[in-house]
Amino acid sequence: MRVLNLLKIAYKAIVLNKLRTLLTMLGIIIGVASVIAMLAIGEGSKESIRTTISSMGSNMITVRPGEDDRGPARGSGGDVQTLTLNDYKEIKEKSTLLNYITPVVNGGGQVINGSNNWPSTIYGVYPEYLDIKVVGLQSGSMFTDAEVQSASKVVLLGQTVVDNIFPDGEDPIGKLIRFNSIPFTVIGVLEEKGENTFGQDQDDIVIAPFSTVQKRILAIDYLNQIMASAASEDDAPEAVTQVTEILRAQHKLLDYEDDDFTVRSMEELISTFSSTSEMLTVLLVAVAGISLLIGGIGIMNIMYVSVKERTKEIGLRMAVGGKGSDILMQFLIEAILISITGGVLGVILGLSATVFIEKFLHWPTSVAMYSIVISFAVCAITGIFFGWYPARKAAALDPITALRYE
Amino acid sequence: MPVALMKVHLCHKDREGKDNNIMSKEIIKIENLKRDFTMGTETVHALKGISYTIHEGEFVTIMGSSGSGKSTMLNILGCLDQPTSGTYEIDGVSMKDLSRNELATIRNEKIGFIFQSYNLLARTSAIENVELPLLYNSKVSTEERRERAIKALEMVGLADRLHHTPAQLSGGQQQRVAIARSLVNNPVLILADEATGNLDTRTSYEIMSLFQELNKQGITITFVTHEPDIATFSSRTIVLKDGNIIQDYLNDNIQSAAEELAKLPKEDH
Ligand SMILES: Nc1ncnc2c1ncn2[C@@H]1O[C@H](COP(=O)(O)OP(=O)(O)OP(=O)(O)O)[C@@H](O)[C@H]1O
Ligand SMILES: [Mg+2]
Repeated sequence: MRVLNLLKIAYKAIVLNKLRTLLTMLGIIIGVASVIAMLAIGEGSKESIRTTISSMGSNMITVRPGEDDRGPARGSGGDVQTLTLNDYKEIKEKSTLLNYITPVVNGGGQVINGSNNWPSTIYGVYPEYLDIKVVGLQSGSMFTDAEVQSASKVVLLGQTVVDNIFPDGEDPIGKLIRFNSIPFTVIGVLEEKGENTFGQDQDDIVIAPFSTVQKRILAIDYLNQIMASAASEDDAPEAVTQVTEILRAQHKLLDYEDDDFTVRSMEELISTFSSTSEMLTVLLVAVAGISLLIGGIGIMNIMYVSVKERTKEIGLRMAVGGKGSDILMQFLIEAILISITGGVLGVILGLSATVFIEKFLHWPTSVAMYSIVISFAVCAITGIFFGWYPARKAAALDPITALRYE
Repeated sequence: MPVALMKVHLCHKDREGKDNNIMSKEIIKIENLKRDFTMGTETVHALKGISYTIHEGEFVTIMGSSGSGKSTMLNILGCLDQPTSGTYEIDGVSMKDLSRNELATIRNEKIGFIFQSYNLLARTSAIENVELPLLYNSKVSTEERRERAIKALEMVGLADRLHHTPAQLSGGQQQRVAIARSLVNNPVLILADEATGNLDTRTSYEIMSLFQELNKQGITITFVTHEPDIATFSSRTIVLKDGNIIQDYLNDNIQSAAEELAKLPKEDH
């Protein structure tokens, strides 16, 4: 009976102060929702970077021309011409820790099939490329070393290229297409890989024998990069050192001279990227923390002020016989109802925002349980405490003092 | 009523006390009551040591100029405020011996208090305002609460304004809602602070006749007023000046508010 009355009183007071209730709830809703959504973005990108990189083959080692001065996400280093086929041959001959190795040249151009054309990138490689990149074939077969020697005009296409130049769904194997003006026979289609973490379409690719691309398409005598794979993941760091030594000797670099090339293992790349994503998460956590703090202060303010404002009401309730504990229970129930409702709505909004971000912005997200628990708890506890604390102070006054409060 | 019948003009509480002990008990007994308000360095002595006794069934008016301490005194009688010094015994129990919760229960069950400034809950209907004291009384069921609130509002002539909020009521109507709220808990003691201050003559006579009716049923009433004609409806008058009692006399010619009401010209309403 008593509890029922208190619930009734609290409910009436909430309905009576709709705007105040709404504002308080809004603070809680936004606080909770933003923290959940932000942490979901942080967790999501971290996870997706991890999976992408490990699917790329963690034994991979790349050698690019030019000094390592532009960070991990640099381009192909096309205008630096310090890497040659002789470098490749030297590494292949001297290195003991590599399984596969291939020179790489690449360039952009139009892939043309009749009236359909599509801009893409052609990679000139050795057959080992597939083993290094850990890609399989959907159909057809890889070109052979002999075809590389003879600079055969054969290509393998990525799925995106196939979709765009064979829009009717015909089988591309055996078809004659052109890259820029040069005719090629399609001998295979690469396994689909989808987008990587950075939004690049890994299927928008054309692969052809190294010599064909280097001589017939690009007409260059240097390499864009050398790709290799270490015998095992554990060998990768040592392989990097070994390759570096071989190349320094090959380039006749003196001790004080810097490398004119860059050797990287995938593992290094992983750690670079995961530390980047780690930083992103830390940043997002910081932003989330700040918004939680600001949300908390907002809740605190509005709760404190609105309860303070009702000191007169508290005085009246005591004057007509409300006990201190009745008043406190009323405000506690009010604060709990408002905070819990706001918190639940905030969780719902945060989850919806996360779904929205994933669906429409195509950002990877992953909702962490801890973000729901922490944001909900912080907002609810702040709301409840600052609904209760000023009420407690008002309820400790003599009724007439509270009634006189302006 | 016994007090009302006494023809003696009293100034000495001793004699008054002796005479009345035979017939009825003391419901209010204050002795050397002082109330100081400190504001910074300044101290206002609102009550400077007043003493009197009110017996069950008395109808007392408190008069005095503005600022003489009437509201201050009534607030203490209503257990809403604590005296700085002196004693206050309500129904034989010293206020000092009562806990905050016990005081709340007394306010809830024994006292009907009418504030000078009404103190109604804003944005809340008349009936819910009147129901408020009963919400804090777990012995009263929801249905009974509603019934009693409606009855109290009928008694003050507001049966047709049950669902109006204070903002939708005139000053006099708000005052009557406050009066209804003070009656709803069937108090044994009604403390009214200028309960008719905002009412026209007819309505205030109606309210006074209601109070006289309640008084006849045995409810003790203490009524603060500025209007001498209102005082003629009571059995005793206490006059305050600057925090002291300057007069305390029994009324030997109590007027009937109902009769006065009948005498009023019709066009007055
Ligand atoms: N809370 C307070 N703080 C400071 N001074 C106060 C307070 N309450 C009352 N006073 C002072 O005490 C004195 C008596 O005030 P009180 O309200 O009792 O007068 P009153 O007789 O009810 O007057 P009125 O007829 O105008 O209502 C006044 O001088 C007033 O200024
Ligand atoms: Mg007053």
